[in-house]
Amino acid sequence: MSKHPIRLTVNGGQYELAVEPHRTLLDVVREELRLTGSKEGCGTGDCGACSMIVDGRLVTSCLMLAVEADGSDIQTIEGLACDGRLHPLQQAFIDYGAVQCGFCTPGMIMAAKALLDSDPHPSFEEVQRGLAGNLCRCTGYTKIIEAVMVAARQEAL
Amino acid sequence: MRPFDYFAPETLDEAISILRRRGDGGRLLAGGTDLVVRMKEGGLRPPYVVSLRKLSELRGIEFSEAEGLRIGAMTDMATIASSPIIRERFPILADGAALVGSVQTRNMATVGGNLCNAAPSADMAPPLLAVDAVARIAGAQGWRDVPLQEFFLAPGETVLQNGDILVELRVPTPPRGSGGFYLRHTPRQEMDIAVVGVGALVTLPNGDIEQARVALGAVAPVPMRAHQAEAVLAGKPVSDEVIARAAAIASQEAQPISDVRGSAAFRRELVRVLTERSLRGAVERAGASAP
Ligand SMILES: Cc1cc2nc3c(=O)[nH]c(=O)nc-3n(C[C@H](O)[C@H](O)[C@H](O)COP(=O)(O)OP(=O)(O)OC[C@H]3O[C@@H](n4cnc5c(N)ncnc54)[C@H](O)[C@@H]3O)c2cc1C
Ligand code: FES
Ligand code: FES
Repeated sequence: MSKHPIRLTVNGGQYELAVEPHRTLLDVVREELRLTGSKEGCGTGDCGACSMIVDGRLVTSCLMLAVEADGSDIQTIEGLACDGRLHPLQQAFIDYGAVQCGFCTPGMIMAAKALLDSDPHPSFEEVQRGLAGNLCRCTGYTKIIEAVMVAARQEAL
Repeated sequence: MRPFDYFAPETLDEAISILRRRGDGGRLLAGGTDLVVRMKEGGLRPPYVVSLRKLSELRGIEFSEAEGLRIGAMTDMATIASSPIIRERFPILADGAALVGSVQTRNMATVGGNLCNAAPSADMAPPLLAVDAVARIAGAQGWRDVPLQEFFLAPGETVLQNGDILVELRVPTPPRGSGGFYLRHTPRQEMDIAVVGVGALVTLPNGDIEQARVALGAVAPVPMRAHQAEAVLAGKPVSDEVIARAAAIASQEAQPISDVRGSAAFRRELVRVLTERSLRGAVERAGASAP
């Protein structure tokens, strides 16, 4: 099957690639761009480990064909730290013990970022709802939600 | 996923001519939240896929009193759930859209995909049945309008023929004093498929129920209207008794099966309980919308 040329902006960098239509955005970002922060947990939209922000909207990149993302502006976990400084969400996840094995963390932080981008001061319930598509097998969620609430307060400062 | 040919046409005409040229077995791709899952895990291997993403004809939400509501088939759940006009005039549609999956799912999943996938549990089906939506379809034979009631044929099967594209949904302007409500039962609060879903719409111009709609999901091979329950409500003053009677009748009209999500008997009981609740919700909203 023929490859299709696509153009992606990922974390501010421009990429021109030729991809086969059956490859997902997650595969292409991990395997072609070598950005392996985003994880594949389920591959079927249920766990959120592959969450990326595409044109400002949180998606599960395991269900998006890379060809469908042609022309899009994509943010992944690798794009959050700036000049060697962690994003407030990343710092809060560390400070509040919201990371255990870490497999869910990139997707969880992208979901939290998408939430705070649209609602800088979410309530506890709003954070729960905003992260409902992200599963964590380790932490029990309490510390994750706490970290997001703390990061939201800090960003406001 | 198996390889396939991929097309991303820019116009509806182009899309239809690709479907005509390539023939059987192709798939239309909207948000991909059903299709890509089935291509990865369900053994679906279409020789070609036509993306609907660039078709501006399938986008947008518009409303006017004279023309009613138009929702493009490619409109995603997040956009429907947050649309001011839908929240104000068709809150039952926002109820359904807000329940689908997670934030991520709602950003990708489209209303057209939800209907065309034709799962008995599709959360947009009962709300759209309750508001008398009409599906506008484009195909090789030209355009046609199909009332949503006639759209679903069997699980996973609709009136769409190979080469047809669902372009938009049309919903008539609700009469004065109407209110609608959709809710579902799921074992988990989020990220689950409806065991039963019930949409209700009532029109109460002056306290009596002029017209009622009760639509049920996940209790029959296709999403269905409970016509007998609707008939019981029509023309009656609102009362606990009439709501309870309609709910009991709706639960008899349902044709549920037993599966991993619940037994048939449990589903029947859920239909009764949820029909009562959704009718109460609809009555309350009708009261709030009355002048
Ligand atoms: C994690 C997860 C959670 C989910 N939760 C829910 C839920 O709570 N409730 C619920 O109802 N569903 C749920 N779903 C199912 C799915 O998200 C919805 O059915 C969704 O609306 C499908 O839309 P789509 O745009 O992704 O369709 P696609 O997957 O792109 O397409 C679905 C089918 O419809 C056809 N199609 C799409 N658009 C058109 C068109 N315009 N004309 C003709 N044919 C068309 C496609 O060819 C395909 O066969 C969930 C899915 C996932 C992955
Ligand atoms: S890997 Fe995409 S949602 Fe699980
Ligand atoms: S930290 Fe292990 S899955 Fe969340």
